[in-house]
Amino acid sequence: MGIVSSYRLRLQRKRWRIRAFRKRREIKSITNRTNKIRSKDILLFVTMRNERLRLPYFLKYYRDLGVQHFFVVDNGSDDGSGEYLMDQSDVSLWWTSASYKRARFGVDWLNWLQMRHGHGHWTLVVDVDEFFVYPFCDTRPIRALTDWLDASSIKSFSAMLLDMYPKGPIHAVPYLEGQNPLEIASWFDSGNYMCQKNNLHGNLWIQGGVRARVFFGDNPERAPALNKIPLVKWHRDYAYASSTHMLLPRGLNLVYDEWGGEKASGCLLHAKFLDTFDEKSKEELDRKQHYANSHEYRAYHEHLQEKPDLWCKWSEKYINWRQLEILGLMSKGNWA
Amino acid sequence: MSVGFIMLVHTALDRAAEVARHWATRGCPVVIHADARVSRHRYRKLVKALSDLENVRFCTRYRCEWGTWSLVAAAQTASEMMLDSFPDVRHIYHASGSCLPLRPVEDLVAYLEKHPKTDFIESVTTRDVPWTMGGLDEERFTLRFPFSWKRNRILFDTYVEFQRRFGLKRRIPDGLNPHLGSQWWCLTRQTLSAILSDPRRATYDRYFKRVWIPDESYFQTLTRLYSTNIESRSLTLSKFDFQGKPHIFYDDHMQLLRRSDCFVARKIWPQADRLYETFLSDDRTSMADAEPAPEKIDRVFSQAIDRRTRGRSGLVMQSRFPNDGWENGKTAGPYSVFEGFNNVFTDFEQWLTRRTGARVHGNLFDTKRVHFAGNEKVFNGCLSDSAELRDHAPKSFLSNLIWAARGERQCFQFGPTDAQAISWYLTTDSNAHISVISGAWALMLFQSNRNFADIRTEAARLQRIESEHLDILRSPYTMARVRIWTLAEFLQDPMHHLQTILDETGPRAQRRLTEVPTMVDMTGFGQFLQNLKNQGMKPVLMGDFPLTGDDSHLKAAKAKPYLVR
Repeated sequence: MGIVSSYRLRLQRKRWRIRAFRKRREIKSITNRTNKIRSKDILLFVTMRNERLRLPYFLKYYRDLGVQHFFVVDNGSDDGSGEYLMDQSDVSLWWTSASYKRARFGVDWLNWLQMRHGHGHWTLVVDVDEFFVYPFCDTRPIRALTDWLDASSIKSFSAMLLDMYPKGPIHAVPYLEGQNPLEIASWFDSGNYMCQKNNLHGNLWIQGGVRARVFFGDNPERAPALNKIPLVKWHRDYAYASSTHMLLPRGLNLVYDEWGGEKASGCLLHAKFLDTFDEKSKEELDRKQHYANSHEYRAYHEHLQEKPDLWCKWSEKYINWRQLEILGLMSKGNWA
Repeated sequence: MSVGFIMLVHTALDRAAEVARHWATRGCPVVIHADARVSRHRYRKLVKALSDLENVRFCTRYRCEWGTWSLVAAAQTASEMMLDSFPDVRHIYHASGSCLPLRPVEDLVAYLEKHPKTDFIESVTTRDVPWTMGGLDEERFTLRFPFSWKRNRILFDTYVEFQRRFGLKRRIPDGLNPHLGSQWWCLTRQTLSAILSDPRRATYDRYFKRVWIPDESYFQTLTRLYSTNIESRSLTLSKFDFQGKPHIFYDDHMQLLRRSDCFVARKIWPQADRLYETFLSDDRTSMADAEPAPEKIDRVFSQAIDRRTRGRSGLVMQSRFPNDGWENGKTAGPYSVFEGFNNVFTDFEQWLTRRTGARVHGNLFDTKRVHFAGNEKVFNGCLSDSAELRDHAPKSFLSNLIWAARGERQCFQFGPTDAQAISWYLTTDSNAHISVISGAWALMLFQSNRNFADIRTEAARLQRIESEHLDILRSPYTMARVRIWTLAEFLQDPMHHLQTILDETGPRAQRRLTEVPTMVDMTGFGQFLQNLKNQGMKPVLMGDFPLTGDDSHLKAAKAKPYLVR
């Protein structure tokens, strides 16, 4: 990489950071429990809107993994999410009614919070419907992983988005509060992922899965990106450039091996397709707050009207991380 | 009392204290060296926690840094204190704060009683081990390393390079033959005291101060001078990864650790509560005479190294994206590509499926739609039949298909009417077995019901595409197993060629061919080619066909009795 593009990326990073700094005024602190954070705590950052139903299980899942503090930006919920979160002793809550889209889909807000509070910590950035799975997650807490990453001098950990869906129409089984959504949406596409390399930022661009198969068969260019780097040992100079798909400085994006080996990686199980999805996508279409003119949501909406079943006979039912490892969706690398 | 432990600790002091207490209360004296970087507050807490035990001592603290002399200095000081303060100790065991005893202390004591004169220390010469770290093996002893590898990597590397360039070398002191090995040794009082009270110790120390990672060579080398009986292995179970970093043990390694029958394991994750609870409890059963067998658990760890360095062939995913030429096989297993066969035979795919039991697809790269076997809309791995999706990333499509169907031989048809973007990938993949009947597409045109002008244009187009494809197949970069016949060549002896293909494709086809696919009717094909020529389009890829419509050699081929179904 030449000096020019290297400098260009540096400017870009500075720009995202300045932007995050400016956007800090949009979010208002509701409850701030950050004084409880100890120096080695693992922190989780999330933006959400109207997720009251999903929150209890979401918090439980990550508490069980060993996340110690949650940073939540509430983007104008009116379903009681805010009140619920205020009562949680390990949650610090911010509120905003500003535009999600103009905060680059929440990235600016979270970049600011991470810059402010994440420095020196392992930080996990996910959505409320994403569940982080890593090698040995059934026997080792997340701290074991971050300790190992520290010992191996690795600063960022990749976890591809794996879209989960139920068998049968997506609104057939209602999701109940506190329930594990993967009990309903327990199927996934095991091997139709396309990898390409982004030469400027150095990250992989991965598309595929059920969304590409069902919604974007005629327009693959627009299929959503699935590559994510949610777990990072944060430094205040870092910035997420586009959602959690890529980071700056670009070295953090090199989560893959280029010499034939496999680095350790995980998956984010994406339980988006539940019965709540229909309503949600309608709402999102009205708000027009999503990527590329909410093109994605329009495609979902149209398609699911006529054929609401995403399941096919080659769909794989989720068992555990070892299954994902065997299928080649994630890897243990040299962690044994 | 026959064994004493010297422990080097720097983190997770509470765990170190637990282990020290375990040993001390069972009659084994412990000398602890705490890194000088441990804060005064935490050090005091450690001392206080063990203050009730009179056979636990603390020695002078050094500031320890990985790869430097300080670790040897710490071990020397602790050893001296052990030898002086506990005259009954016969074996001195070098351990760290993240070690965990796997077997009851009595087992270890009994084992050492049986080997009273033996020094357990891994000690091998540099020539015999392919040492992993940074390519420095012999040079550890002949270069100088005044700069810290951890803090001053650039200076470290530059100075090494400088010494190499100008041939600067150190002289190894007389009588020393450098040996390397794990620093977790167990030496007898005799050997250890001989090393520490050697009149030339000052010389040796001065030399080893500038050796790279001396804690892996100081005792290992000097033991060779005094010991009468060296067992070149460590009693501590310790596994290293491809960067020379120790593997860490967690709760889920419990069974593995038990099975190893080793006395002590390193490194244990400080928060592996179950491991500490189980192995430090009093109700551990003695395994009496079992020999330590670290090799029993090797597989797990060598597999991890293999995963990290070589990966799984044919897998492309979020954390494995090999550069060109570094794939260890672009695809997960062998597969076959047939070009022109379904132009020559009407039922080639069905026939091949029957004969080989392989999965036979149609034209996977058809421009309109992916033709999976059985005309399925979705295939293994949830691959879609959308041509757009496939053409968005054709390499991913093919490697995904072969990966998802591991264990089942895949075959597919290919031809000049298909999307050609995959050509180079196929050619450079050593798993591809490509069989081509060149010019066979002319049969398709021959049978089509189209205007001759269209046919002529189409023939010219297909011929151009196929000859480009053939050029790629014949390039010097070809890794695939390629077989090319012209149509005329193939028709000379189709049975023989089909047999060759079957032998290569499937194990089921052991016997001679009994059933052959139906060949298309070729009456008038020679004339058809001549017509193309007459229109100014020279068909070259199909080889030499006799001009007359009813030619003799085709007839001969068709007349063979076993070719007729």
